[in-house]
Amino acid sequence: MILDKAKEKISSGLRLERDDILALYEDNDLLYLAESARRVKETKTDKKIFYTVNRHINLTNVCSANCPLCAYQCRSGDNRAFTLELGDVEKILQDAAQIKEIHIVSSLHPDKNFSYYVDAVKLVKKFLPNVGINAFTPVEIVNFAKISGKSFSEVLSELIAAGVTSLAGGGAEILSDRVREIICPKKCSASEWLEVMRTAHKLGLKTNASMMYGHIETIEERVDHLIKLRDLQDETGGFQAMMLFPFHPENTELSRKFNLRRVGSWEDVKMLALSRLVLDNFKHFKAFWVMLTLPIAQLALSFGADDLDGTIGEEKIIHAAGAKGSAGITRQKLEKIIVETGYTPVERDSFYNEI
Amino acid sequence: MFVRGELEKIEQKVLNGKRLSREDGEILFVCNELSWLGALADYVRKKICGDLVYYNVNCHVNLTNICKARCKFCAFGRNADDKGSYAMTIDDAIKLVTEASKDPHLSGLHIVSGLHPTWTFENYLAFVEVLHEKFPNLHIKGFTGVEIQHFANISGLSVEEVLIRLKAAGLEAIAGGGAEILSDRVRNLLCSKKATADQWLNVARTAHNLGIKTNASMLYGHIETLSERIEHLIRLRELQDETGGFQTFICFPFLPKNTALEKNIKQTSTWDDLRTMAISRLMLDNFQNIKAYWVMLTVPVAQVALSFGANDIDGTIHRENILHDAGATSPRALAEDEIIKIIREAGRIPAAVDCNFRRISK
Repeated sequence: MILDKAKEKISSGLRLERDDILALYEDNDLLYLAESARRVKETKTDKKIFYTVNRHINLTNVCSANCPLCAYQCRSGDNRAFTLELGDVEKILQDAAQIKEIHIVSSLHPDKNFSYYVDAVKLVKKFLPNVGINAFTPVEIVNFAKISGKSFSEVLSELIAAGVTSLAGGGAEILSDRVREIICPKKCSASEWLEVMRTAHKLGLKTNASMMYGHIETIEERVDHLIKLRDLQDETGGFQAMMLFPFHPENTELSRKFNLRRVGSWEDVKMLALSRLVLDNFKHFKAFWVMLTLPIAQLALSFGADDLDGTIGEEKIIHAAGAKGSAGITRQKLEKIIVETGYTPVERDSFYNEI
Repeated sequence: MFVRGELEKIEQKVLNGKRLSREDGEILFVCNELSWLGALADYVRKKICGDLVYYNVNCHVNLTNICKARCKFCAFGRNADDKGSYAMTIDDAIKLVTEASKDPHLSGLHIVSGLHPTWTFENYLAFVEVLHEKFPNLHIKGFTGVEIQHFANISGLSVEEVLIRLKAAGLEAIAGGGAEILSDRVRNLLCSKKATADQWLNVARTAHNLGIKTNASMLYGHIETLSERIEHLIRLRELQDETGGFQTFICFPFLPKNTALEKNIKQTSTWDDLRTMAISRLMLDNFQNIKAYWVMLTVPVAQVALSFGANDIDGTIHRENILHDAGATSPRALAEDEIIKIIREAGRIPAAVDCNFRRISK
C-alpha cells in the first residue's frame, strides 16, 4: 500500500514522492504528521525556535496587477491608495533602534520606475547599514525587469548593490499556470517566479519560498508546487525558509466570485507538517503568526515550524483581507510564547545567525 | 525532571490498554512532547469512540447572573444591585427558547445560572416544568452540581429529593460545570461559598444512582498546581469506576478578563490547552467522551483539539453569556453547517446528539 510505503520512507528519512504525499494528505492523520514533522524539525534545528525583531515597510498599495486574490491592492485614485515617498520611509526608520531586519514588499505601482525602489533600499541602507534588508518578491522583480528593460540578473545585481540582502518569498501563490490564470492573471508566471529565484541564488542572494493555499487550487497542485520548490532547492540551495499562507478571503474578488471560506486551523497545521516532510532540503519553516494568529502559531511549533518570524511592527497586506492576528508584537511576548512550549527562543538576524 | 525512557513506558501502557498512574500523569504534564501526547490521545480516542464527533443543536439559558457565591474566577455573577444584573421571568425564558426554536433542528436546552440569593428551589423548578411543557421535544440538561447542592441547602430537601423532583419536572441530564478543581485548598481560596469538592462529587454520585447522567469538567489555568489537576482527574476517574454515570468531560481553560484574578493571572496558552486535553483523554480511560468546548478554546483550537483526544465539540449554543463576560473572543453562537464543516475538515463524521448522546435523526 502506498501509505505504508510513505510512512516507511518517513521513518527511514527517505524522500517522499508525489504519490506518497497525496496518500499522506488523504490519510489525514494529523498527529502522525505532526510527530513526524517535529522530529524532522528537531533533527535540523534542535530545540531552537527562531524569531527576529523586524519591521515591514509597504511602499505602496497602488497596483497594476489587481489580482483577484488580493485585498490589499487598489487602483490609483482609490480612497485607500497610498504611496510612500522617501521622506515617509525616513520617518519609519527613525524609531528602528533594535531592528535586525527590514522587510519591504509592495504592489506593482503603474507609474513608479525602478529607481524609486532602488532609492528606497539605498535610504534604508544609509540609515541602518548593519540591518538585513529582505525585500521584493519575484513578482516585483519581474515587474522591475519589465519597466526598466533590464534582465532579472541586472535588476537583482543593482538591488544587491543598493543594499538588498535577501529576497522575500511571496508571490509564489500556487506555481501552476492554470491556477494563476484565475487568481492572479496579470502577474508573473510560475516559471518566471522560479527563474527569478534561480537567478538570485546564483548571484548569492538567499531567498524565502512560500505557498498560498485554500482557494481554488487542487491538492495535486499543492503537491506539485512543493515539488517544484524542492527541485529548485536541490539545484541551488538558496532558499532559507518556507512559509505557508492560508488564503484569507475577506474583501477579495476571488472569494466573491467563488464564495470561498477561510480553511480551518486543521488544514493549516496539516499543510505545515506535510510540507515540512516534503521539503526535506529546507532548513527553516516559518509559522507566520499574522496569518495563523498567535495561538495557532504557537501550536505550529509542534507541527514542524522552527521560526515565528518577527515582531513586524505594522502589517497591512493580510490585515486588508481580514487577518485577526494583531499588527505587531513585542519581543517579550514572542519569547513567552516559545518558552511555554519548552523550546528555546533564539533571536536571529536576517540570515539565521544567532544574536 | 523525567527521562526519555519513562515516556516510552507510558506509551507502552497506553498501547496495552493499561491505566496510567498519578506519577505517569505528572510526567506527561512536564514532558512538553505535545505532538507525541496528541498522537497517543488520538490513538485512545479512536479506540474508545471511533471517528464520530458529537455536537448538539442547543440553546443556552442562563436564568440569572445574580449570585451569592461570587467566585473569584467568574465574570458572570453579580450582586442584585450591580449594573448589568438580571433575573429572567418564566416569560423571558419562553421568549428566548421560542426565538431559538426558529431553528427546526434545535433539540436541547442547557440551563445554568447564578445562585440567586432570594429565589427558592421552586422558582428554579418552575422554569424546568414550564419549558418542558411548552417545548416537549427539547431535551433539557441543566444545573451543575453546585446548583443542585444549593437547591438542597435552600429547600431543606436532600440532594436526592432535589434530583428526583427535577427529573419529574423534565430534566434529563445534569451539566458538568462547577467542578472547577476538586481540591478544598483551591476552593477555599477561589470559591469558598459554594459546594465543596466532596459535595460536588456526591451530587454526581447521587444523580448516577438515580439513573441521571451527568457531565464532568475541570477549570484549569488559575491558581491550581499541576498535581492538583492530576488529582482532580483521578477523583473523577474513581467515581466513574464506581457509577459509570459521567457522559463527557470538558476542559475549561480559565479566562481571566473581568474576574477578580485578572491582574495576577494570564490566560493559558494553546500549548497548555492541548496538552491538558490530551492528558485528560489519557487519564480518564473510563470516560466515553471528551469535549472540546469551542467557546473557551476558540473555534480554530477546538478543531485541532479533535486530534488531541476530543470527540465532542459541544453545540450551536444560540447565545453564550457566561464566558463572553470573561472576554471570550469566539462568536456567541455557531451555525450548524459551520460545526459540520469543522468536523468534516478534520476527516471525522459529524453526529448530532441530544444531551444523553442519543443520535438525533433528521
